Amino acid sequence: MWGVIYVLPWLIGFVLFFFVPLLASLRYSMSTIQANAEGIAIQFTGFANYIQALTVNTSFNRALIESITDVLVNVPLIVIFSLFLAVILNQKFRGRAVARSIFFLPVILASGVIMSLESTSLIEAVNQNGTGGSAFGTLELEGLMLNAGVSEWIVTYLSGAVDRIYQIVSQSGVQILIFLAGIQTISPQLYEASKMEGATGYEAFWKITFPMVSPLIFVNAIYTIIDSFANNAMTKLIRDTGFVKFDFGLSSAMAWVYFVAIAIILVIVSIIFSKRVFYQD
Amino acid sequence: MTTSRLLSLEQWKSWLWSIIRFVLITGLSFVILFPIFQKISTSIKAKGDLYSAVVVWIPQNFSIDNFKQAIRVMDYWVTLFNTFALSATTTLLTTASCALAGYGFARLKFKGSNWLFGGVILTILVPPTTILIPVYLNLKSFDLMGLMTLFSGKPVNLLNTYWPFILTAVTANSLKAGLYIFIFRQFFRGIPKEVEEAAYVDGAGISRTFTRIMLPNAIPSMVTVMLFSFVWQWNDSFYTTTYLTSSKVMSTQLSSLPYNLAQQVTDGAASQADPFYLSMIQDTGILLAILPLIIIYLFVQRYFVESVERTGIVG
Repeated sequence: MWGVIYVLPWLIGFVLFFFVPLLASLRYSMSTIQANAEGIAIQFTGFANYIQALTVNTSFNRALIESITDVLVNVPLIVIFSLFLAVILNQKFRGRAVARSIFFLPVILASGVIMSLESTSLIEAVNQNGTGGSAFGTLELEGLMLNAGVSEWIVTYLSGAVDRIYQIVSQSGVQILIFLAGIQTISPQLYEASKMEGATGYEAFWKITFPMVSPLIFVNAIYTIIDSFANNAMTKLIRDTGFVKFDFGLSSAMAWVYFVAIAIILVIVSIIFSKRVFYQD
Repeated sequence: MTTSRLLSLEQWKSWLWSIIRFVLITGLSFVILFPIFQKISTSIKAKGDLYSAVVVWIPQNFSIDNFKQAIRVMDYWVTLFNTFALSATTTLLTTASCALAGYGFARLKFKGSNWLFGGVILTILVPPTTILIPVYLNLKSFDLMGLMTLFSGKPVNLLNTYWPFILTAVTANSLKAGLYIFIFRQFFRGIPKEVEEAAYVDGAGISRTFTRIMLPNAIPSMVTVMLFSFVWQWNDSFYTTTYLTSSKVMSTQLSSLPYNLAQQVTDGAASQADPFYLSMIQDTGILLAILPLIIIYLFVQRYFVESVERTGIVG
């Protein structure tokens, strides 16, 4: 029974600040809510709010699709990039400690307000144009790759990634951390044995590191998805509908559609991964 | 002869890799640090240097005028104190409550505890926006199952106080608390059972074992959780802009900074504020907001990086 006592604080909070609100939000999403002197009056309207969000509201569908494509595009990049960096940061070289602390800096700096203010900063925009030419560089590379016969879709994807490098780097802090911690739990004997057998570093990565961290690839993919869904155009729209237009019902309906969309994506990702992840035990 | 040539080929390969690695790491570090350097450079420029063609990085006329303006507009020292107090309080409370819950879920299994842990996972998965409005309305007229009405006659309004943060922190439901519970649970599961059994044999009760044996062992994961929760609370604009509309906290001040700047920084009576100048002060404001975090990070980063490796996030 001690277990109940230890979990109790969380359980109270879970019921008060999560579970009851969750049900309430589901109820709100199917009603119109009027605030008056006595409090709020809730009137059941069925799926009217959902219909309004999906068919009447002008920005909802666009924001939803935009945020979903954004996530689908960015998640693979972030996961691969952070795994690659974790492998590099795990190698021994001079200045490793400094490099590590720089790469974890985005964990601290990448947050909603700062990022959104930065995107509006005039000075930064001007300076980036000044020092730029980066667009030119990728253009040239694009041509080179297209000539070499790489499919156009992949080329635009990759060059887009290069242009968004800051966004990707700044979203990978926690993922690098998790991968790095995971790589360090792999026993060194495995690498020694493979070296004796004549495996190169490249082979060792694919045959040892990759399978051993594959559960973490799953964890990181999930984390990245949740993280990128937590703050984007969609959440802003939901908040504005609720707190600027005071249409609580519509806002809740939007939030539920959004949640269901995320849940579907998470389920698909879990299905994809569950077949491929390697567990040691 | 052949072996030495082979060796030298190996040597070349490893050199080449070192060079590539060096270029990659330096380049990416530059990408990360560039905005910070840029802000520092902008913040110490005098207003005239903005339009000077010779000035790119190092200003011609150093000036701390930007800092003075930003500090005035943001009411920096009050804001700093408020933010620090808020973040420190929630960090300590969250860490304590999450450690308790994590231990409960890891070791003190009871009937249905796995189901409840499913609830923890659910709190991680559901976007906070989904439950924002009910929580907001709930806090606006907070009535703990009729208790408040019983004592004071009417429900209390908790908005614009620190109570929402304290209450959610005590009950392990604050910002990203599900993640912290998960980290603690993974960590406690990684500690060998023998350690606890030895403590029980020596006559320690469950609470004594927890505070004397398990918690001291959990320091690495506690450092990780504390750092994350402090930083995320500091930067959080989602909850603070909802719960604390008029209170002076760093993230609310930052998000209203562009507006406040346009209001307060106008040179002379009629002239319109120069958008570049405003942007300059805004950058200085951002720098001032993250500066305390960077300073804290400089002190704890070594410990932080080491501790994450031992945290057992990766159980």
